[in-house]
Formats: sequence, C-alpha cells, structure tokens
Amino acid sequence: MEKKSVSVTLEHVTKRFKDVKGKADVVAVNDSNFIIEPGELVTLLGPSGCGKTTTLRMIAGFELPTEGKIFIGNEDVTMLPPNKRDTATMFQSYGLFPHMTVFDNVAYGLKLRKVPSEEIKVRVNETLSLVGLADYGDRAPSKLSGGQQQRVALARSLIVTPSVLLLDEPLSNLDALLREQMRVEIRKIQRDLGITAVYVTHDRVEAMSLSDRVVVMKDGYIRQIGAPSEIYESPNSRFVAGFVGKAAFFPVTIMGHDGPHWTCDLGGRAVVVAHAADDVSVGDDAVLMARPESLRLAAPGEGHIDGRVRMNVYLGNSLESFIQTPFGEVLVQIDDPHAKRVYPEGAEVSIDFSPDRVRILNKDEE
Amino acid sequence: MSVKLVDVTKVFTDHDDRQKEFTAVSHVNIEIEEGEMVTFLGPSGCGKTTTLRIISGFETQTSGDVFIDGELVNDLPANKRNTSMVFQSYAIFPHLSVSQNIGFGLELKGMKKDAIKIEVDKIMEVMGLTSLGNRRPSQLSGGQQQRVALARAIVNKPRVLLFDEPLSNLDAKLREQMRIEIRRIQQQFGITSIYVTHDQSEAMTVSDRIMVMDKGEIKQLGTPFEIYSRPSNRFVADFIGRANFIEGLVCGLQDAVSIQVGKTVLRFPSFNPDVEEGKIGIVVIRPEGLVLGKTSSSAFFNGTVSHAVYLGSSMEYEISVDGREDPIIAVSNNPVKEGFFHVGDPVGISFDPVSAHVISGS
Amino acid sequence: MRRPARVCAALVPLDMGMSGSDWNVHWKKTRGTMKRFHFTDQWKDMKKLSGDPLLLCVIVVLLLSLIMFIIYPLLRVCIVSFQVDGHFSLKNFRDALTYSNGYYLKALWNSLWMGVATAVLGTFVAFVFAYSLTRANIPGKKFFNVIATIPIISPPFIGALAIVMLFGRNGFISSTLLGMRNANAYGAKGLLFAQVLTFFPVAYITLRGVLESISPTLEDAAMDLGGNRFTIFRKVTLPLAIPGIASSMLVLFVESLADFGNPLVLAGAQFPILSVQAYLEITGMGNFAKGAALAFILLVPSVSVYMLQKYWVSKKQYVTVTGKPTQSTNNVVSPTARWILFAVSCLIASVVILVYASIIWGAFAKSWGNSYEVTFDNFKYVFRVGFESVLDTLTIAGISTPISGIIGMMIAFLVVRKRFIGRRFMEFSSMLSFAVPGTVIGIGYILAFNHAPFYLTGTLAILLLNFIFRYIPVGIQGGVAVLNQIDPSIEEAAVDLGADSNVTFRKVTLPLMIPAFFSGLIFAFVRSMTAISAAIFLVSAKWKFMTVQIMSQVESGRIGAAAAFSLILVGIILIAMAVIKLILRLKYQTTSSILSG
Repeated sequence: MEKKSVSVTLEHVTKRFKDVKGKADVVAVNDSNFIIEPGELVTLLGPSGCGKTTTLRMIAGFELPTEGKIFIGNEDVTMLPPNKRDTATMFQSYGLFPHMTVFDNVAYGLKLRKVPSEEIKVRVNETLSLVGLADYGDRAPSKLSGGQQQRVALARSLIVTPSVLLLDEPLSNLDALLREQMRVEIRKIQRDLGITAVYVTHDRVEAMSLSDRVVVMKDGYIRQIGAPSEIYESPNSRFVAGFVGKAAFFPVTIMGHDGPHWTCDLGGRAVVVAHAADDVSVGDDAVLMARPESLRLAAPGEGHIDGRVRMNVYLGNSLESFIQTPFGEVLVQIDDPHAKRVYPEGAEVSIDFSPDRVRILNKDEE
Repeated sequence: MSVKLVDVTKVFTDHDDRQKEFTAVSHVNIEIEEGEMVTFLGPSGCGKTTTLRIISGFETQTSGDVFIDGELVNDLPANKRNTSMVFQSYAIFPHLSVSQNIGFGLELKGMKKDAIKIEVDKIMEVMGLTSLGNRRPSQLSGGQQQRVALARAIVNKPRVLLFDEPLSNLDAKLREQMRIEIRRIQQQFGITSIYVTHDQSEAMTVSDRIMVMDKGEIKQLGTPFEIYSRPSNRFVADFIGRANFIEGLVCGLQDAVSIQVGKTVLRFPSFNPDVEEGKIGIVVIRPEGLVLGKTSSSAFFNGTVSHAVYLGSSMEYEISVDGREDPIIAVSNNPVKEGFFHVGDPVGISFDPVSAHVISGS
Repeated sequence: MRRPARVCAALVPLDMGMSGSDWNVHWKKTRGTMKRFHFTDQWKDMKKLSGDPLLLCVIVVLLLSLIMFIIYPLLRVCIVSFQVDGHFSLKNFRDALTYSNGYYLKALWNSLWMGVATAVLGTFVAFVFAYSLTRANIPGKKFFNVIATIPIISPPFIGALAIVMLFGRNGFISSTLLGMRNANAYGAKGLLFAQVLTFFPVAYITLRGVLESISPTLEDAAMDLGGNRFTIFRKVTLPLAIPGIASSMLVLFVESLADFGNPLVLAGAQFPILSVQAYLEITGMGNFAKGAALAFILLVPSVSVYMLQKYWVSKKQYVTVTGKPTQSTNNVVSPTARWILFAVSCLIASVVILVYASIIWGAFAKSWGNSYEVTFDNFKYVFRVGFESVLDTLTIAGISTPISGIIGMMIAFLVVRKRFIGRRFMEFSSMLSFAVPGTVIGIGYILAFNHAPFYLTGTLAILLLNFIFRYIPVGIQGGVAVLNQIDPSIEEAAVDLGADSNVTFRKVTLPLMIPAFFSGLIFAFVRSMTAISAAIFLVSAKWKFMTVQIMSQVESGRIGAAAAFSLILVGIILIAMAVIKLILRLKYQTTSSILSG
C-alpha cells in the first residue's frame, strides 16, 4: 500500500435529533472530542443507544453534526457528503447489491471512478483473493452464506483504497465461531494495509481483541478512551468497569490515603488497595472493584471475605467458581483447574486478593 | 431414565427434486437421566435443532424411537407429550398480558382461575417478574421476554424442558448473565432439560453433559470436562475452544502412548481408545496448557509471536513456528502475573504431556 | 423489527407470498433449515387431517363452493363460446371477429393497446408519486398519500364522468371556458385519462411498497463508494424497483382490460372496447353465443398476463434486507430534484383535485353546462328515484362483505398453515377472481345459473354469490399477509403448551388475525360498493345496484344526478371506513396490526 495513513479528528462534535414525536431534542452524541492516529484501529464501544453508530455515520458523512467539526487528515470534511469523502463503510446488513454478481459488487467503486476495465479485472481478483473468495466472482449475493457476504462487503470497501475504513457492527449476524475467525481476519488485513479504521460494536470481547484503543460510550458521552489493557485494568468508573469485563463491586468506606496506598473498611475488615479512580477521596463510601481472575480462593478466615461455594462451572480452559458471600454472589476465576486445588460445591471458603490487583471506584452506577 | 432416543434418523426429501435427499439426523442414540441438563452442540445445520424438535413432537423422525419417562411417544402429537419448549424468538403471545401468557398452559389443562393465579404468581416471583403481570409483551425488554418464556414453560411442570437457542437474540453481556440464570433455575426445579446452541462457552456453562453433533451425527457425548480435555476426534477438539494439533507416529502403546514427532519421543497418559500403534496419532494441546518462555533447545517449539490479542482476563498469542503451516495458539490466563509477549518476540513453547490428549490420526 | 401487515396491498391483485413455497421461504427465514414435502408426507398429513373431521369438512365445502361459483361459470363461458348447436365449433369466434368489417376485431385491438397505454402511463404517474413520497421526502406527504388513494374508494367511472363534465358538449372547460360548441369528449384520449386516473393508485400502492422495501443501506453503500445521486438512482434504486414496476404494469394492463364503467361512458361507436361490446352483445342483442365468445377473447389476455405476473414477475422481487435493517437519514435526492418532483406531484394532485371538485360542484349545480346555481335539487331527485337502490346495494355489500372476509380468512389459514390434497387448487381458483374481468364473470353467472337446477338470475342470491366469491381474494391477501407476519413459533408454543389445532386457531391465530380481518373488510366493502362490470348483468327489477343506477343517469344525460349519486356513494363508503376504524381502535387499541413492534 503506497498510500499514507491519515488521522481522523473529531472536534467538539454534537448531534441532536428531534425525537419521534418531533418534540424534545434527543442528544445522540454529546461533545465528542478525540483524535484517531494514522493506521490505528479504534473501537467505539457501548450499549445500544449510546451514540456509537451515530458517531460513525457522522465520520462517514451520512449524518451531519449539529455542532463541531470532523477532519480526515488535515481536511475539514464536516459538510462533505459521503461520496466525496475518502472513507469506505462496512454496514451491519452488508448492503450488497442483490442485482449484481459478487464481481460487479466489488468492482462498483472502481467503475464509478472510471478505472479501465482491464485494471478493474485485475484488482477485483486480487481483492477477492485477499478475502478468500477468489472463485466467487460469478455468484449472486443471495447464494452466499453470511460470512461470505461479509467478506464481499469488506472487499468492496477495501478495493477503493480508502483512507479510513468504517465498520458498523459487521459481525453481529454471524455465528460465534465465525465471528471469532472473521475478527482476526479483519484485524490482520487492517494491520497489513495500514488503514486507519473505526469499528463500532457492543461486544466487549470483540472490542478488546481488535483495537489499538477503545472509546467507551454511554448515552452520547465518551466515558473513557484508552488501550484495551488500560480500559480493562484501570477503568475510571463503575460503568466502564462493568461493561468491559466481569467484575465484583464490594461496598467499602475509604479510611485513609497514604502515598500509593488506600486503606478501606470492607465489611468491618481493613483492606489495603493500590489503585483508585480520580473521583474518590478519603471518607467516601465507594466500591472495590475486583475482576474474577484477580481473586483467589483460600481456606476460611485466611482471606478478606468469607463465603461458601454455591456452584462450580467448568469452562475448559478455566473454572468459574460462584461464591455466596454476605455481599452477594461473587465470581472467582480459577485459571488452571487441573493443577490447583478446587474447592467443591458447598465448601466454606474465603476470597483473597492482592492490593495491586483491585481498584477503588466511585460508587455511582452511572 | 427421562428421555431416550433409539437410533433416531431424519431424512428430508427435496420437494422439487424427489431424488435429492438430505439427512439431517443420523442414527442418534442417547439416554438422558432425570434432572439432567444435556446440550446438543454443533455448527448450523448439524441437526441439533431437528433432533430437539423430534423430541418435542414438531418433527416426525423417519425412523427410530423416542421414549419419554419410559413411554414410547412416536405417535404422540406435540401437545400431548408434556414437554415445554423455550423458543429462540420466545414466541410470547403478543395479544395476551404477561400473566395470561404464563398461565396459558394451565388454562388449557382446565385449572381453576384461582389456582392458576397462585401458580403464576409463584413462578413470577422466582423469575423476578412480579410487577410485570399486566404488561403486554411489546412493553418488555428482550431479557424480560426471555424470562416470561421460561416461566411459561416451567409453570406447566413438564417432564422435559427444551431450549432452542434461547439466548441468540440477546446482546453479549445479557447472554452471559442469562445462561447462568437458566442453569440456576433448571437446577432449582430439577427438570430434565435439553439445550440447543452453537455457542460452546454457553454449552460448557449450562450442561451436565454435552452431545456434540456435526452433519447429523454424534461426534462425542460426555461431560464438559470430557469433551474439553478428552476429545474423541479432531472435529470435537477443534469445535470446543481452540486447539493445537501435533501429528506424530505412534511408536508405543501401553498405559501411556508414545508419540514420535521429528526426533523427539514423548509419552502421553491420556489417549483415545482408537489410537493404533504404527499409525498416525495427533496430540491435542489446549492453548492454556502451553507454557511460554525464552527460546531454548529444551523447549518443544521455538518460534516468533505473530499475533497478540489482549482480552482483559487473558492474553492470546499466535506463534509461527518453522515447519508448521498453522501457527501455535497459546493463552495466558493471568497475563499480569505471567508476563506479556509482543508481536515479533522470540518465544520458546513447552508443555506438560499430562495436560495433552492423543487422538487417532485416521 | 416487523412491519405491520400491509393490508392495503389487499386491494391490489398482486400475489405477495401465498403459495406453499413462500411458506417455505418464510420458514427458512426463521429456521434456517430446508423443509420440503414429499408425496408420502402428504399422505401423512391427510392422515393427521382425518383425525380432525371438522377441518376436513370445511376443506371439502370450500373446495366445492369454489368449483361451483368460480370455476363452473367460467367453464360455461368456454363451453357456450366453443359450441354451436351442441357441437364443438369455432363459428362463434369467426362470427364475432368478422362481424361488421371486423368491428369486434377493432374492439379487441383498442382494448389491448388501451391496456398497454394505461399500464405505462399509470405506472409512470404512480412511480413519480411513490418515489417523491418515499425517497424525495417532499413536504405534505400525508396529503399526497390521500390524493393517491382517493380514486380507490370512488366508483371506477368517476374519471369518465369528470371528463364528460369538463370536456363534453356542456363541458366546463370546453364549453363554458373555451366556448367550443360541439366538443367531443368521447374516444381514446378521454378514456386513457379516465383509466389512468382510476388505476394509478393501484400501481402507487405497489410501487410505494417496493420502494420502501429497498434497504436504504444499499443506497448508503452506493454513495459511500463514490456514486452521485443520479448514478445511485440509475444503478441501484431503479434496477431493484424493476420487478415492482413490471408487476404494476402487468396489473394495470389487466385492470384496464377489465374496466367497464369508463368505456361504457366514453368509448363510443368510433372507439369500441371489448368489455362493453360483450355486454351489449348479450343484453342488447341477446346473442349469448357471440357474447360468450367475446368474453372468452377478453379472458385470454387477462388471465395470461395475470399468470405471468403472479408466477414469474412477482417471484423476481429482490430480497434486499439481510441481517438487521437500519434506518437511513441519507438524502439520495438532490434539493433541485426534490423540488421538481414536488412540482410534478402538485400538478398531478391538482388534476385529481380538479376531477373531484367537478364532481362535487356538479352535484350541487342546478344544470351543468347551463346554470351553475347551487341547489339541492339533484340530491332530492336521487333520494326519490334511487333510495331503493341505496338500500339494495347496502344489503348486498353488507351481507357479502363479511361472508367473503370470513371465507377469505379461512382459505388463507388453510392454504398457509395446512397441507392437504387440493391445496394448490384452492389457492389457484380463489385467486382466479382477480384475473378474470367482471364482464366475463357476469356473463358466466348468467350462463351458469339461468337454467334449472340453478335458476338464480334476478334473485338476491346470485348477486350475493357473485360478490362473495369475487372478493374472496381480498380477504385471502389480508389473511396471508398477517399469517406470514406471525412467527410460526407462536403457534408452536401454543401446541407445545397443550393446545390442539382448533384451540390454537381460536385462542392464538384468530385474535392475531382479527385486526387484519377488519382492515380487509374495508377494502372488500369498497370493492363491492363500487363494482359494476359483473353487477350490471345481475341486477333486475327486484334488486337494483347503485353503480348501475348512476350509469343510467349518465346515459340519460342527468349529469347532476349522477354526480350527486356518486357523492352519496363515496359518503357511505367513508362512513363505513370510519366505523370500522373506530371499532379497531376501541376494541384492539390499534388502527393497524397488533404485530407491529
């Protein structure tokens, strides 16, 4: 790919709609401000209605921002229609032209650009091979499986060598297994071609495995931006913590803060924690967030929280142990069920953790 | 036992071309115990849904017998089998309220209104639907509709509870929560249950035993542990979780099997009964069974990390190894503890033969 | 996720998913497995059915009725036309086509090319409207929608009446405004205008449905790849709409061929039309054989084109929505194009308004063409002379509509949900009514029920039977649309919970079908109230029909009375529609299907 990668910049972008009855304003996207670096794959992640799709559509040009500016590279594209922007979109429903063959679908963008037919032939075949559909040129889209249709859509977008690739939940209609395979493929192609990409999904596993960075959104607001590891290990709020992974939230009261260490009261016991979000202070009632893999089981009395094993679920590569505690049910992940000691169902246990594997967050649910 | 299928087969004939036949289910035999939750697992088109529908009575098998609680039910229509199904689309009656939906089956049985109300209220409490009794289905969320469907099925006290991919219309997070709940409820009521899904982590979570199917045939029937750690064939090994396959020659077979790979000979205590000496054997190693460290001559493989994916609670690596077409897939389940590798890093891969399993190469 | 049943499509004789293979497609959509049937499976189903005697009985009765009241009359037409003195002969055809220097040949030719012209022009007008409303987002959508559908609820010869009133000898435009003396409104041009006006709403409803079903994502994708708006229209929207356009044209052709009211008024001796000539041959000349032959000649192109549409073109509809459909707010029409479309739509709308304005004015004018003084005289005259026919019409429509609605629903349910020998036949014969011109049916009924043992001519029975079986397809279409919307799992759930097929039908399927049933009733009522081509053969001294009366007023030059009568007719229809909508809203808290959402 000889083309240079470009950045995508959103400057204070807001989108307001009139609601269905035409009365109140619905703020779909609220003051979004971020830069996507050249060659980066950034995922917009959040529950339905959070504004991620609207944001993507504004970058593509299908929606106009109510306020703010959008730049692709250094060019202000805010007012440009989709056909004048150097973006290519992969739609959730694929949007393949049913009255054209696979070949014609993929060739469409090139035909519009008046590329000579000899060249079109070569490039289409190249791109189809890239996505693993080399011999499918003559087929009709209706005769393809979901996964194949998806790859045709990808080929169609890639062939016009866009500066920015936009993907709107492209995998949601596929089987679990196919989804896993396709996301690896998409990521590989994106990396190899070095295209800047924006991906929208509500599936956190997808977001984590694909992205260079993740933008977590809720109700039109950006809640946190960061690399997957950052979002996962250092979430700044209860919402983000719970959305990007499984987590237990224990109610604590913050007693003291000394250097890197926070001391809290957890159900009457003193506990030391090494990490805390920015919006908590001494004296607050807060929550202690712990991921299942950060917790371990020990004999009763040895750990911080006492409980009893209610159910063990064997997942093959790990064991999930559901512990009934005074704080409710807590999930503990046991990594190597074959090696470690497994506490059977009904056993009395206690839950333990190290200070640097847990985090204090503001108790606000929102 | 509760449900028994004896040599059940279902063949569909093409309407337009009478010669074309499609075997959806092929000679399925299974005995399901009372109170057990068994999952039919496999890719789309493998026959799992058809088998479920044969048990419920919505499909008629071409040959074979179906027994429920010892009774031969082949000729019994669906409404007389006393089985309850939770449908993929929930199939809640849109013109009835939540409580009317749940009480539908009881009404058909001729129960008195007061008795129905008691039962319905009880189940609504268990399912967390108490305040929703008068709502219309269109006013409920996906998760709530699902619970109504489940309540409606359970309240009839069926002999068998059937689940037809009930969670596929929910988003990822809700799916994870609901499958735990379904399992909890099933255990609480102790109803024999059959669950159909294509999602293997779902199957692992809810089941006492799993029946893996492909192209109408049973590939393996066993507990989640057996399916995962002792797969009988390559299809099962590949379908459940990720797997690495190492081919070698079986050069010894006693209480452990000896496999020769290149110049190395390793002994594996866990192997399939159909492994034969002198033939090809395939070593199946799960990604989490591999240990990554520095490259060294004592490592089994030495390679380079070609792909690294951070999943939060785990780190997945693809490692390309010279001479191997497929990369080795390794998983670190606690990467913070075990350390991170990056794309391009050289890495040595070892494993304990105890955590591997050998299947036949034929 | 699911759209409410498009019951207004019931008006349009388009097949939207009725045959068994469509049920399979629907099944496939929800199941992803193949489900085909084999003869031994059919025997298994018959066995299942024999365990349900009520069902079996109903099926047999329905099949017999369909044979008796749809197939048999048509058979009589064929027999009579191919028979001379009890022998097979083509003499009648030869006579008919050579009569008076090929006068009837000319009528055939006129009918055919009028059909083509109406098809093309009507589809074009409808497409402009449909596209403007669905894609161009012009202002006043609700208004234009009403304009496009008004002609459906009016008598089909309103167009002709308006032509006479505006361009005839005493025409407002020709005589009063332009001062022409003997202006002639009759002939091809006037008829074309009247037919386009009458039938473009039919095409409009189809085309609007087709355009709405084209996923906006496709146009988004095309624009995203660099296409400008015109390219998108040319390469994406239009090609995908072509099956719908073809369907509309074929349907309009069939409707035009069957049209009777307009040609009766406007097609004079200089421009003969086959449907009218067949009528005149029988009622005027009393020559049944030749009349039957003409009817047969009329039947052939109608049925063949209808079959073409139903079994070939309608299957070519593209499935454009895969996966989850998304809404698009993209503007595929440039602002300039938008205003042009708006202007054209306004032009068309004003023509329609002009037509209806004339009718209204004519109803209140003292003597059209001479004195435009406002008066109620016309209405008084109509009440005096036509009151009886109003009662008769209401009786006939009022009885036949619910019956045909119920039978239609039953057939819809049987054909979509059940398997039995004769299912295809049931489906085919009940839809045949849409393919056959009313004239042919009317003649058929006379030939079939004029002799013992079926001496029914001149009675109420013959009118009722004709209307019931003629409008069964309306109920069937509505029923099929609803049934295809009901998730099959819902009925399976009922069975699974212990219900047998009767209980399932009563407690689950029927309640879900009822809103569509009522909506279907509206359209069946409208069609029966505005029917003329078959009714005109079946009325008698004892049983009069409003549309026939209006015709005779027109023929005797009482324009004012005809206009007034037409207004009363439309008024009655509007009241009936309002009543049914009220029932729907009160009892079912909906004005459309409760399956939406």
